[in-house]
Amino acid sequence: MSKLEGQIRIPSGCAISAVISRDGKRMSGEKIIESMKPMHDRSNGLGGGFAAYGIYPEYKDFFALHMFLEDLAARKSCEAFLRETMEIVHLERIPIRTIPAITNEPLIWRFFVSPLRSTLASMQIDEEECVTRAVMAINTRIKGAYVFSCGKNMGVFKAVGYPEDVGYFYRLEEYEAYSWTAHGRYPTNTPGWWGGAHPFALLNYSIVHNGEISSYDTNRRFIEMFGYKCTLQTDTEVITYIADYLLRKQKLSLEELASVIAAPFWSTIDRRPPQEQEKLRYLRKVFSSLLITGPFSIILGFEGGLMALNDRLKLRSMVVGEKDDKVFIASEEAAMRVMEPNVEHIYAPAGGEPVIVRVKEGKF
Amino acid sequence: MTNIDASGLDYRQLNAAIRDCAGDAAVTGCTGQRFIGAGLEQGRLTLSGTPGNALGAYLNGASIEVRGNAQDAVGDTMNAGRIVVHGSIGDAAGYAMRGGELYVQGDAGYRAGIHMKAYGDKLPVMVIGGKAGSFLGEYQAGGVIVVLGLTESTRPIVSNFPCTGMHGGKLFLRSDCKNILLPKQVIARPASHKDLDGIWTYLHTFCELFGGNCDELVQQPFTLITPNSSNPYKQLYVTN
Repeated sequence: MSKLEGQIRIPSGCAISAVISRDGKRMSGEKIIESMKPMHDRSNGLGGGFAAYGIYPEYKDFFALHMFLEDLAARKSCEAFLRETMEIVHLERIPIRTIPAITNEPLIWRFFVSPLRSTLASMQIDEEECVTRAVMAINTRIKGAYVFSCGKNMGVFKAVGYPEDVGYFYRLEEYEAYSWTAHGRYPTNTPGWWGGAHPFALLNYSIVHNGEISSYDTNRRFIEMFGYKCTLQTDTEVITYIADYLLRKQKLSLEELASVIAAPFWSTIDRRPPQEQEKLRYLRKVFSSLLITGPFSIILGFEGGLMALNDRLKLRSMVVGEKDDKVFIASEEAAMRVMEPNVEHIYAPAGGEPVIVRVKEGKF
Repeated sequence: MTNIDASGLDYRQLNAAIRDCAGDAAVTGCTGQRFIGAGLEQGRLTLSGTPGNALGAYLNGASIEVRGNAQDAVGDTMNAGRIVVHGSIGDAAGYAMRGGELYVQGDAGYRAGIHMKAYGDKLPVMVIGGKAGSFLGEYQAGGVIVVLGLTESTRPIVSNFPCTGMHGGKLFLRSDCKNILLPKQVIARPASHKDLDGIWTYLHTFCELFGGNCDELVQQPFTLITPNSSNPYKQLYVTN
């Protein structure tokens, strides 16, 4: 039997796209699926996926765990494990369409859960930490089970296949989100398994990534000191945990996150105003192990917004445009034009220059 | 002139259709198809929509005009011909270009004109009407790059690390370059009338294509950057 992702490394591109409504207007998944079609050749059919924010308003106070399960026994083990610390308010199979382009699907379930107050009190942790620990435990200890999405009122949908087929497979036209991200995968280091497709997500953070980071092991060694477990040897997983660590645990701002992972060169810092220099030097020194080197363009999804960022050398392409309340981000301009033919104010952000888009307060 | 509707065609079908009409075509509805006009030796292509990456790669004599923006790697390793873009272009335009002309009305992304070279009667020319991203002309070995800085933005005419590893050719920036940090192995000096005479044809063509007036263009100072042969390029990333 061939080895699974996480058990083998293959040393050997990708497509990303996103749309967000600043007014919090919810959009079906049709347009974002369409946007991936002109970028078809950037992927090779070994992974595609989407993240959608605002899709579960009826369960918005519960964590939505999306899971790949090898068999029913794995589902039962997961259920039993979760019941120890959480209330499961609803669980169901995620609806799919059987299509020739997507095969060998595992069982795909979603659980809506809420940590028990008694557990939180006795463990002295908050509900987000409780869910994070449960997810890490399932992904490392329960055989045949993998949680690939665990945020509130958001969800990740991913598979092995081309992204446009994956979107159709998951019936994404039936969901309504105020923000969508998408990814087409061309795996360069791993064989490509369902769990390794993008987006990678933890709590409300999700990442789609085009690139090939060279600092993976440095980043992994540092982040694993804080309870994160990198199970798949794929670079996007570590970027997701870095975002969670710096934003949720260290309470950095999005701009500061960008200054850590895509830190300006020392020669660039030297030319900034003194106060800014001091801050940039501090961030580079304190979080030196979280500097991400090598090519990347990423879109970070979070509750109520998106952030796009290129590596500081800008070794991957990314363009941003807007029209009315919507902002579009994609690897190629053609993808934005498919979503909105009259997209305006198109520009390519510089390397290390974060583009942050937020939905207006109270609109999501 | 043949009309080709590119919508629904993938890059192979579109390029086959272009070859069938010997390169004389007006293509509408481009949606990211790659390699349009690659290696084309003759004809005139007019494109609308958004052509995909590697537009006019290895171009060998044909002429391509884009009514809008182009994506990454325009004119990659181009040998002869002309590409005109009525908009902006993405990263790595004119990579290793060794002949022909590339005129861009708007901005260029990162790494424009890197590894550009010249030989014998081959002299590649790239004129960027707007501003250029970082690593402009990195490892330039020949040819002429001109950046005019005509677009409105707070960005400098060229971003970080221009001309790193430059060892041939000429680079003109329409700026006094006071805020531009250049590497040690190049010499920058104000361009003289004689220097500007050398690029007058290109400026003239630019104005013909996109409007404007050459005499007004040269009212602003130009800086000419060339390699410093007494301080040759030795290293970039490591001392060894």
